[in-house]
Amino acid sequence: MSSAEVIAGTLWLALTAYAVLAGADFGGGVWDLFASGPRAADQRRAVAEAMGPVWEANHVWLIFMITGLFTAFPTTFAVLGMALYLPFTIATFGIVFRGASFAFRGHGPDAVGALSPWGVAFGVASVVTPFFLGTAAAAVASGSIHAPRGQLTSGFLDGWTTPLAVVIGLFALSICAYLAATYLMVENEASPALLADFRKRATLAALVSGALAVLSLVIAYFEGPRLLQSLTGRGLPLFVLAVLNGPLALWAVWRSRPRIARIAVVAQVVFVLWAWALGQWPYLVPSDLTVSGTASPSATLDAMLIVLAGGGLLLIPSLWLLFRVFKSSAPEAPAPDAQSRAAGE
Amino acid sequence: MGTSLGFHIVFAVLGVGMPLLMSVAEGLALWRRDEAWMVMAHRWSRAFAILFAVGAVSGTVLSFELGLLWPRFMAFSGAIFGLPFTAEGFAFFLEAIFLGLYLYGWNRLSPFRHWLTSIPIALSGAASAVFVVMANAWMNTPAGFRLAPDGQLLRVDPLAAALNPSTSTEDPHMLVSAYVVTGFAVAAVYAAGMLRGRVDIYHRRGLAAGMAMAAVAIILAGITGDTSARFVYQAQPVKFAAMEGLYKTQRGAPITIGGIPVDAQHQVFYGIEIPYGLSLLAALDPNAEVRGLDSFPKADRPNPVIVHLSFDVMVNLGILIGLLAAAFWLMAIRRRSIPTRRWLLRGLVFAGPASVVVMEAGWFVTEVGRQPWIVYGIMRTSQAATTAPGLGLTFAVFIAVYVALAVTTGRLLLMLAARNRSAAG
Repeated sequence: MSSAEVIAGTLWLALTAYAVLAGADFGGGVWDLFASGPRAADQRRAVAEAMGPVWEANHVWLIFMITGLFTAFPTTFAVLGMALYLPFTIATFGIVFRGASFAFRGHGPDAVGALSPWGVAFGVASVVTPFFLGTAAAAVASGSIHAPRGQLTSGFLDGWTTPLAVVIGLFALSICAYLAATYLMVENEASPALLADFRKRATLAALVSGALAVLSLVIAYFEGPRLLQSLTGRGLPLFVLAVLNGPLALWAVWRSRPRIARIAVVAQVVFVLWAWALGQWPYLVPSDLTVSGTASPSATLDAMLIVLAGGGLLLIPSLWLLFRVFKSSAPEAPAPDAQSRAAGE
Repeated sequence: MGTSLGFHIVFAVLGVGMPLLMSVAEGLALWRRDEAWMVMAHRWSRAFAILFAVGAVSGTVLSFELGLLWPRFMAFSGAIFGLPFTAEGFAFFLEAIFLGLYLYGWNRLSPFRHWLTSIPIALSGAASAVFVVMANAWMNTPAGFRLAPDGQLLRVDPLAAALNPSTSTEDPHMLVSAYVVTGFAVAAVYAAGMLRGRVDIYHRRGLAAGMAMAAVAIILAGITGDTSARFVYQAQPVKFAAMEGLYKTQRGAPITIGGIPVDAQHQVFYGIEIPYGLSLLAALDPNAEVRGLDSFPKADRPNPVIVHLSFDVMVNLGILIGLLAAAFWLMAIRRRSIPTRRWLLRGLVFAGPASVVVMEAGWFVTEVGRQPWIVYGIMRTSQAATTAPGLGLTFAVFIAVYVALAVTTGRLLLMLAARNRSAAG
């Protein structure tokens, strides 16, 4: 494997991490917006507690991907920046509002729970962002971006405004909601009522995302043959796994097996993303920009590999610590005095 | 992009400086078993949580904008100066991870371990700044590559690009400036409280902590700024000429303070001139030759009005707040207590926003002073921009968003402060 291929794989891993971690944070915003029933306030608090310590770290995967892409594949970065100017700009606004409103609400004087203006901003931005990132992904996967020799020739609306892109955008949104609902099942195992709420939501999200997946394949058959060719070509084994895994995940949710469900839903996202990646290999953006064709000079790539290795040595134990402290099953039993101290009084 | 940068940087510098203050406060609390320092670390961390979130998302806007607004610049430069950005990505990761542990870990970690998590936040915050400014330094003095006649990149050396000639002067100057702004900003908050009659232990300590950071940092900012200016004199003579408002190349050049450079007349009006000052400052020799703006083609010159006035604002306002810091510590040492003279406190309330103005003026000098180039001598800004539609609208919406974020952040911080007061009784 060449340096360029290793780095492309690493960036795709970062995309995967962003999808399963930050994707769930967006999904949390969806469930915050649609919190309902007698426990609406508890649902919002559960979302805020799950996201609070980790969302900023999860968000960094995106920054990592962007900087990695422009270092290792600058032409691809430039072409994507122009071709997807509009969806990326909208998603950027969404990211700004999502993060800022979550912090404003969580660290401000209003308690999380009741519906509040910043809470609504948080929810709406959490819906908008994954949808537009999904449409952007569809534009890439369907081969609608044309840039022979790195010069963009397709238009600013091409690829992400088609029916296929809309369905894939909705699919991305529903998968985020699905991830979040299953994570929240795990984190609320101790509370049967909340567990049941999130089980219902996970089931709903599973059915919706399944239906959208089927719909997108049907539309792709007529409209975007490129995508279907990818999935049934090199991506076929993973695509088959995704098709088989879908019902398993739904079963685990339905039978209220949160931990199995969580693994199955994460696996679903991983299968779909890697089926897409393998399917369009060696293209980064089919069918003009390849991994080797748009890679930076080898001196840059080699230096980047060293930075990636060194950074990884610091990053991985730190991430492990973060998730061990906040996501391990050890129950938190804050003493009342500790709680008042944490409130800063 | 400039607006985004100007906005983000205020939060970014607090992201560099605040963790250091929090870490020191909590360390003192543990070491001296002093609950008041612990309360201060707590309060700072709550305010910082909001500031960091806004800084993180506005930083994301910047990284997107690199591609959205400057695709051709990135296509050219990514391979050369991307490495510090990749490293910055890791630094940002560590800062976000340990901040999560710090903010939400008060009950889950032992006090000592909790304090330990503040150290990587402070270190990676500083490292982020260092890495990002390396990339900016490269735009001023591009290095680490060769260009073939057809514009192809040859012999890229990303390490040489990261450690380009400007890095060793620009990086230290920006890093200490981050501590200058944090120090004065924190001091201003507590000075304002003291002016309203709240002279408790928190206010005295908060003021002292902010002023300690500000005083040390502004001395270093002066030294690194002087080195930077002398480096610019050699490396970017046209920027230097614009900074100083010098039109005619001359030996024994005077330094001009203030005044408005007028291109058509080739001179600065209403400025104060100090004979030989500029030659002395630039080369430590009163008869050294300094190149003037007139010796450069008109198309290669930045706007001298903005650059010269920004430079003067940075230097003179910087000296003024430095004198305030000196007055503060002289009075503190003479009386062996934190001074509470009203004129001094008013001055320090003014110094908080003034330090932000000083820093922004410094960015104007380096960014506007580099124009019309985005990569000095290599690529013009006009060649780098996107051709995407709707730029004007995007720009307007971003400004509206930034105003909304700034106002909300300010209001929330005031509310937090009010709640701290009512809790303290």
